[in-house]
Amino acid sequence: MAKKIAKKKKPLKARTIKLVPPLSDKAVAALKAGDRVLICGKIYAARDSAHKIFGKQPPFEPEGAILYYASPTPARKGFAIGSIGPTTATRMDPFTPDLLKVGVKITIGKGRRSDAVKKAMKKHNAAYLVVPGGAAAALSKHVRRSTVLAYPDLGPEAVLELDVMNFPAIVAIDSKGNDLFEEGRKTYEK
Amino acid sequence: MREVVAKRVTDTVKKLCIEANTNLSDDVVEALNKALAKEESPNGREILRQLINNAKIAWRDKLAICQDCGLAFVFIELGQEVQLIGGDLTEAVNEGVSRGYNEGYLRKSVTADPLKRVNTNDNTPAVINLKLVPGEEIKIGVLTKGGGAENCSAVKMFKPTSSQQEISDFIVETAVQAGPNACPPMIVGIGIGGSFDQAPALAKKALLRRVGTHHSSSDIAKWEKELLERINASGIGPMGLGGSTTVLAVNIVKGPCHISSLPVAVNIECHAHRYKEAVI
Repeated sequence: MAKKIAKKKKPLKARTIKLVPPLSDKAVAALKAGDRVLICGKIYAARDSAHKIFGKQPPFEPEGAILYYASPTPARKGFAIGSIGPTTATRMDPFTPDLLKVGVKITIGKGRRSDAVKKAMKKHNAAYLVVPGGAAAALSKHVRRSTVLAYPDLGPEAVLELDVMNFPAIVAIDSKGNDLFEEGRKTYEK
Repeated sequence: MREVVAKRVTDTVKKLCIEANTNLSDDVVEALNKALAKEESPNGREILRQLINNAKIAWRDKLAICQDCGLAFVFIELGQEVQLIGGDLTEAVNEGVSRGYNEGYLRKSVTADPLKRVNTNDNTPAVINLKLVPGEEIKIGVLTKGGGAENCSAVKMFKPTSSQQEISDFIVETAVQAGPNACPPMIVGIGIGGSFDQAPALAKKALLRRVGTHHSSSDIAKWEKELLERINASGIGPMGLGGSTTVLAVNIVKGPCHISSLPVAVNIECHAHRYKEAVI
C-alpha cells in the first residue's frame, strides 16, 4: 500500500537542520516544509493572555526570535521545567502578523495557520514549526532552564524565556508558503 | 445504609486526577502501537513514536503526559444506599481536584469567569456528572480533557427525517475540520438523540468507552467502523502532517428524544485521552 501511494506522489523528504537563535534571514529562507529541526539556545514561550497584553511589543527582543506557543505544568523539584508541549497556534493568528513585522522569525505550535498569517510569513520571511501536541513530558527534557520574563500574575500563561537543547520540531509552513498540512494530506488522502 | 466519609471521595478524586494525567491508559497505548505498525507516513510514524515514548517518560518521572492537564470531568454513580457523612459531595470532589492538581504538579487551566479570565489556581471547579444508582457503592470516573480538542467539538439539530448519510457527513466534516488543531490521532465521541443539552453529554459519555471496543449493537458498531475508515481516509494523519491515522476510535452513544428532534453532538478528544475510574 505504501509503495502504491509513494508512486502517486512522493512524500516530502525529511532532513535535519540545527537552528540557533537569533536567526538570520538566510537561515529562515533555507527552511523547507517537511524539514526536521533541532533548536539550541534561547526561545520564548507565550500564549493567549500574554499576546492580548503585549500586542505588537513583546517583552523580549523580537529580532530573529523564536516564539513557542506553550505554557508548562509546574516543575517538580530537581527538574528545570514541567511538561511543555504546544498549544493551538490558530488562536494566536490575529496577533502573529504584527510580531513577524517586528522581527520574530519562527513561531512554534500545533494546528493550522490562517491565510493572513501565511501571507505575513511570506512577506517577512518567517516559518511555522510544529511539535507533537501531547508529547509534553518528552519535550521537557530538551529545556535546560526556564525563567519568567513577564506577567507572573498570569500564572501558567506568563511569558517565559527557555534555554533549550536539541528541541525537536518539524517545519509545517515555510517562508515560501509551502504548507505541510496541505501537502501531507494530499499525499495520504484516499 | 452504608456510611462513607466524604474525605474518601476527596482522596479518590485526587488520586484519579494524578493517575489520569501521568499514566496513559493501556487501551490508548495499545491503539497508538497498532497505529504505528500501520501508519504509512514517515512523519506520522515519527510522531506516533514520540507519543509512545512520551507516555513512558511521563510514567517514569511522574510528569504530566500533556501540559494541558485539562478541565476535570468527574462522573459519579452514587449508590442510593450510601450516606455521605462529614462533608458535602460537590465540595469533596472539588477538594480532591484541588489537591490532585497541586500535589501532582499539574497545570491549573480553569478561569473563574469566562470573560474576565482569572485563573482559579487550583483547577476547580470540576464538571460533575452525578447519577443515582441502586446499591451501596460509589463509582467515580475522572476524565481530564484538554481545551484544544474540546474547542473543535460541535452540535447540530437534525430533522427527524434526516438520513444516516447526512449525519455521517456532519460527523466526518467536524472531525476533518478539527484536523491538525485537535492533536490527531483523535478519539471521536458521538451523542445521537436526547435534547440540545443532552446530546453533548452523550457524546462525552461515548468517550469513556475503552478504545478498541465496539458498540453492543452490531449495526451501530458497523456505523462506527465506517466513520473511522472515512475519517482515516482523509489523509490528515498524526498532528495533521499527513498520514493514515487520523482517529484511534469512533464511539457512539444513543439516547431517546422528542418526535420533532434529532440532535447530534460530536465531542472531539485528542490522543492524550486521560480517563481513570475507581469504586468506593
